[in-house]
Amino acid sequence: MAERAAPVLEVKGLRTIFRTRGGEVHAVNDVSFHLNRGEVLGVVGESGSGKSVTMMSLIGLLPAPPAENRGGEVLLGGRDLLKLDTRALQEVRGARVGFVFQDPMTSLNPVFTLGDQLMEPLRKHMGMDRTAAANRAVELLELVGIPDARRRLKAYPHQFSGGMRQRVMIAIALACDPDVLIADEPTTALDVTIQAQILELVKELRHKLGMAIIWITHDLGVIAGIADRVLVMYGGQVVEQAPVRELFANPQHPYTRALLRTIPAISGPREGRLKVIQGQPPILMAPPAACPFRARCDYRHDRCDRENPLRRAVDGRPVGQGHDVACHWTAPAPVAEVIHA
Amino acid sequence: MLTYTLRRLLVAIPTLLLISLVIFLLVDLAPGSPASEIPLTVPAEVKAKMIEAMGINEPVHIRYLLWLKQFFWTEPLYAIDAAFGTDFADNAPRIISYSSKVPVIDYIAERLPQTLIVIGSAYVIAILIALPIGIYSAYRQYSWFDQIGTFVSMVGYSVPTFFTGLLAIIVFTSWLGWFPSIYNTSLRVVDWASFKQQVTQMFLPVAVLALFNAAELSRYTRSSMLENLSQDYARTARAKGMSERTVVLKHVLRNSLIPVITVITLGMPAIFAGAIVTEQVFKINGIGAALIGAIHVNDLPVVQTIAFITAILIVLFNLVADILYGILDPRIRYD
Repeated sequence: MAERAAPVLEVKGLRTIFRTRGGEVHAVNDVSFHLNRGEVLGVVGESGSGKSVTMMSLIGLLPAPPAENRGGEVLLGGRDLLKLDTRALQEVRGARVGFVFQDPMTSLNPVFTLGDQLMEPLRKHMGMDRTAAANRAVELLELVGIPDARRRLKAYPHQFSGGMRQRVMIAIALACDPDVLIADEPTTALDVTIQAQILELVKELRHKLGMAIIWITHDLGVIAGIADRVLVMYGGQVVEQAPVRELFANPQHPYTRALLRTIPAISGPREGRLKVIQGQPPILMAPPAACPFRARCDYRHDRCDRENPLRRAVDGRPVGQGHDVACHWTAPAPVAEVIHA
Repeated sequence: MLTYTLRRLLVAIPTLLLISLVIFLLVDLAPGSPASEIPLTVPAEVKAKMIEAMGINEPVHIRYLLWLKQFFWTEPLYAIDAAFGTDFADNAPRIISYSSKVPVIDYIAERLPQTLIVIGSAYVIAILIALPIGIYSAYRQYSWFDQIGTFVSMVGYSVPTFFTGLLAIIVFTSWLGWFPSIYNTSLRVVDWASFKQQVTQMFLPVAVLALFNAAELSRYTRSSMLENLSQDYARTARAKGMSERTVVLKHVLRNSLIPVITVITLGMPAIFAGAIVTEQVFKINGIGAALIGAIHVNDLPVVQTIAFITAILIVLFNLVADILYGILDPRIRYD
């Protein structure tokens, strides 16, 4: 992978808050990452870690109010998306950035035909007429493996199964040949065999179309299967970033390690009860002044309470390029002994 | 869809027969008699003859069957005769009003235009006002517009029309003198001046009724829009880069209209029945006023016929609502 080539998407210091009755919730705190051409970037973290919110705020998909951007840059093709007005942003959404959401059962409009919904972005962004859009829609449906595509244009979402609907969602996201595809837990709502099919489909499409993909999930198994590089998020910030093999072989952050321990081993002796991470991710009512993971961390020490750790390189390459982690422990934190006070 | 419609129409026949029986018996069992309207100065034997002529002393089942025959057979024949100049009816006895001695259908036909013009236009105006208000209130939930809209709807819906009607008369007729308080039924629109007069006299009743209906409808529209605005498919539409206009007025509105259309359709029969209270307040000589008048003088045929036509319309518009539902929502197909 040509790492030094200009990334297709670059996010710097993104901050997003939600205004609520109880005050401001800091959902995205100084998130930076980049996405290379043709790369699959996996984003992991449990529910509430800020991964979906980060990706949605890139492209202004969060309802505002209550969501509000508090700084940062989102560079796509040399333009800062956060500075675009609504109309210009609409030109980017669906055209240069495609989105696939979690629940295919509710993500399609029940009262319009699949053809209608598939042709909408084509007509808006590519200026196609009905016939051209219909032909392209058939092509897209065939691309995502839906047989008898021309007849299916007239079908309604309720006539399709969950897996088929997710294929249609992917076709919609790919309609205008986007540079970036953001997939927000696209397989979570599907059963395991369909999950595998969708994963295969996306891998295949990625090689065929050469787009870059951000794949949000809480399933590390999926990450291992599809991602080139992984971003681990917690408390609305990036806590670890590494190529996928490196992350699984040499996890640095206690949270990453804890996540890896929650995967049951298929072979070998049974380890007793499956490990869990106790507690919930925090809801931050102020910008984090301390490590957000400290309350659940087995290696907490007094510095963790005073100072939010910055991301630092693990393997000597610049932060974001190789392996980096946001933890005060410079040597790998002690694994065996728990130094809990 | 066609089979479904035909089946529903067939099922409607026994339903309507049962309704007609209930209406007939209820009205018949109600205390009071048309004979009591005959002045006491009329001699007893004349009174007896009048009662016989009206057919009141026949047993109830005979009168019911006769009424059925007249309603479903004789009256349609007269209608055909009137339309094509034929003579099918052959002077068969019609349903006659006890008090005015004219055929009930003619009586209704005479009253219907006032009701349709006033109540109908109030309903149309209510829909035209309520939909945009409901849509915008939902889109800008908790905004000033929404707060004011909510307040006005609450007031409009909870204050009865006899109150708002009288209030409007006091303010706009007594104090300001802008509009007449009494509706002149005999006014014929022939030129600009009479048209203006017609609009002026319609204004208050239409405004009062439209406020009431719009209040209810805008609430339905708002809550239905709110439910759909937060749906995933709206987010999908935005993610596709659709404009807010397309997202709201195409994707969300189409889904939101399904229940609203049902409410609108089911409210249609009420236009025929007339807003009884409003017609009383503004002295509009429509169906509602005819019904009230007939109840006062025990004019059973008029009461029965108006009630039954209303029942037919309710059954009919229920069917229409179901069919519209199926057209708007592809998940609901009746075949």
